[in-house]
Amino acid sequence: MTEAVTGAVSEAGPRAGIASRAARPAGALALLAAALLYPVAFPSPVAVNYGVYALIFAAVATAWNVFSGFSGYISLGHAVFFGSGAYALGIAARDWHVSGLGVFALLPFAAAVGAAIALPFGLVALRVRRHTFIVITIAVFFIFQLMAANFSFTGGTTGVAAPFLPWQAATYDDPFYYMALACSAGMIAIAWLIRRSRFGLQLRAIRDDEDRARGLGVRAMRVKLTAFILSGTVTALVGGIWFLYLTQVQPPSGYDPLFDLSVVLMAFLGGLGTIAGPVLGALVIEPGQLYLTARFTNGYLSEILLGAVFLLVVLFMPRGVIPTSAEWIRRFRTRGRPAVPPEAPPREPKGAGSAWTEERRKSDEGRQGLKGRLEASGKTERVGE
Amino acid sequence: MAREVYQAVTDGILIGGVYALMAVGLTLIFGVLDIINIAQGILVVLGAYLSYELAARLHIDLFIGLLVTVPAMFVVGVAIQWTFIRPLRGRERTSMTLLVSYAVALIIEGILYTVFGPNFKQLNAWYVTESVHVFGFYLPYIYLFGFGLAIVLVAGLYALLYRSRFGRSVRATMQDETAARLIGIDTNRVAAITFGIGVAVTAAGGMVFGATSGGFNPNSGYDLISRLLAIIILGGLGSIGGALAASVFMLTLETVVGVWYPNWETAVFYGALVLVLLIRPTGFLGRQAVRAQ
Repeated sequence: MTEAVTGAVSEAGPRAGIASRAARPAGALALLAAALLYPVAFPSPVAVNYGVYALIFAAVATAWNVFSGFSGYISLGHAVFFGSGAYALGIAARDWHVSGLGVFALLPFAAAVGAAIALPFGLVALRVRRHTFIVITIAVFFIFQLMAANFSFTGGTTGVAAPFLPWQAATYDDPFYYMALACSAGMIAIAWLIRRSRFGLQLRAIRDDEDRARGLGVRAMRVKLTAFILSGTVTALVGGIWFLYLTQVQPPSGYDPLFDLSVVLMAFLGGLGTIAGPVLGALVIEPGQLYLTARFTNGYLSEILLGAVFLLVVLFMPRGVIPTSAEWIRRFRTRGRPAVPPEAPPREPKGAGSAWTEERRKSDEGRQGLKGRLEASGKTERVGE
Repeated sequence: MAREVYQAVTDGILIGGVYALMAVGLTLIFGVLDIINIAQGILVVLGAYLSYELAARLHIDLFIGLLVTVPAMFVVGVAIQWTFIRPLRGRERTSMTLLVSYAVALIIEGILYTVFGPNFKQLNAWYVTESVHVFGFYLPYIYLFGFGLAIVLVAGLYALLYRSRFGRSVRATMQDETAARLIGIDTNRVAAITFGIGVAVTAAGGMVFGATSGGFNPNSGYDLISRLLAIIILGGLGSIGGALAASVFMLTLETVVGVWYPNWETAVFYGALVLVLLIRPTGFLGRQAVRAQ
């Protein structure tokens, strides 16, 4: 997105954008510190409980975004990975008689199961695009829910229970909080690196025009599949943590259609394809949902509200909060002046192509549309071999 | 065993007719608006609840009640299209509409849960409980009546699409929306009415579903929509004939598999879907599943 670290030092000048560039890594560090201190500042189990769920969803929404947000393939089947991670961990702990803290050693296994599912799933689903892709992800989701309910090794409709953890009740949530924090911080870092990398550029080229990207030499299937597997692996890992925290999983809770829509809503609310967007969405929506469910006895109210918020976001802020507010800020800063500064954007020696393309793409979007965007991305960086 | 298989085939064909009705609505909406209406499943359930209310409170016969529920669902459909679908524009429109209809489904589901609770309901009438003996098969009357209703309504839809002026403008919009607008067709109106018709048939489908499914609750919408999606993809998105053939085929396959593996009948749907997409990603009888960008 921005080459924040080097850029801020070398060109701290009067231009308006620079301040926010320098502020970004500092802001991220401040947020991380705040997140680390949160259980200390608010030690009540309710607060930490909210924190655990919010961070679990921040990690999952970011993982979803790395595939769906970057590539434009909207997956409504990520609950497959989440539930399978939970089940993999539960079944492994049960059948291999793992108990106590040893269960945490099984988390990589849960992640591996996610990857093992993502490979064939992706090979089938990624052959088709747009709605057909979405529909296939829904179908695969239902196959998994059905399998979990009908096989005997998954415990049928009663599901699987997690082994008992010998932790004190008062601070029981804290280790989970830090695990979820590690997952979400790690996933955000990965998403940030991908977005800056050539791989991320290839993904976005696929989003903008897959056929054109192929023509330019992007190995579309390989790129999509890699992102899909990465996303599924992390989602399964987080599903494993979620299972240990909740201590049980049943077919409808592990493979929950609401999970898919919640994650998609988080990404859309914050801003599809941005880094901060899905995190912001998760931190707003998940605690909101928990609060509503706890506050009102009608458990379906949060479902209705989730749908309603989604409709409002899609209708009135279809690009999400972060891109829309960024535009408002830019408009406020540049009021009375042309939105794009007349001087040519600086050509930086190396690694800067993608950042420049991104800015150019944004400013060109309105005037030139698809054509201009594609040309811009085609000119400045060779995509693939 | 052979007897049970024959019985299963008969059941499958008759229930397939009912699914055809719901699937035609879905595929019609896709053909004209380029939208996959995820809410179709929960709308079928809503139709079933409407029939239930009319029968339980006002003692209106299920089939006569359709005179009320079908227009009501038509209005619901037009309202959904007008408020939530029509304003969507831009390149991401197709994905967005799918998500919007998912959100609409969620809201309707939440409302149904709040109003009716999670308990299973079933529609009842004399023709639901009594069976007729034909060629040694037991057939509940509702299967026959439902199949008849489905045939009448699908025939009516065919007539509307292929024998009326409005149908011609619908087909023109399906072929090329821009060209249709250029020759003076009000495509916004066509889109709204088509969505309304596609949803209106769920009232009839929901009534028969509610009487034949052996109990429904707001959660039934998920099961329904996943079957309907499998059917319309199998039949080829936007193809009405394909939807008819695929629903009868899939339901027959399901009931026949159910003779041996009752727990896995539903898996047949998804298994067949995945297989078909591996071999032929556009489905059978379909035009392009993925339109040119």
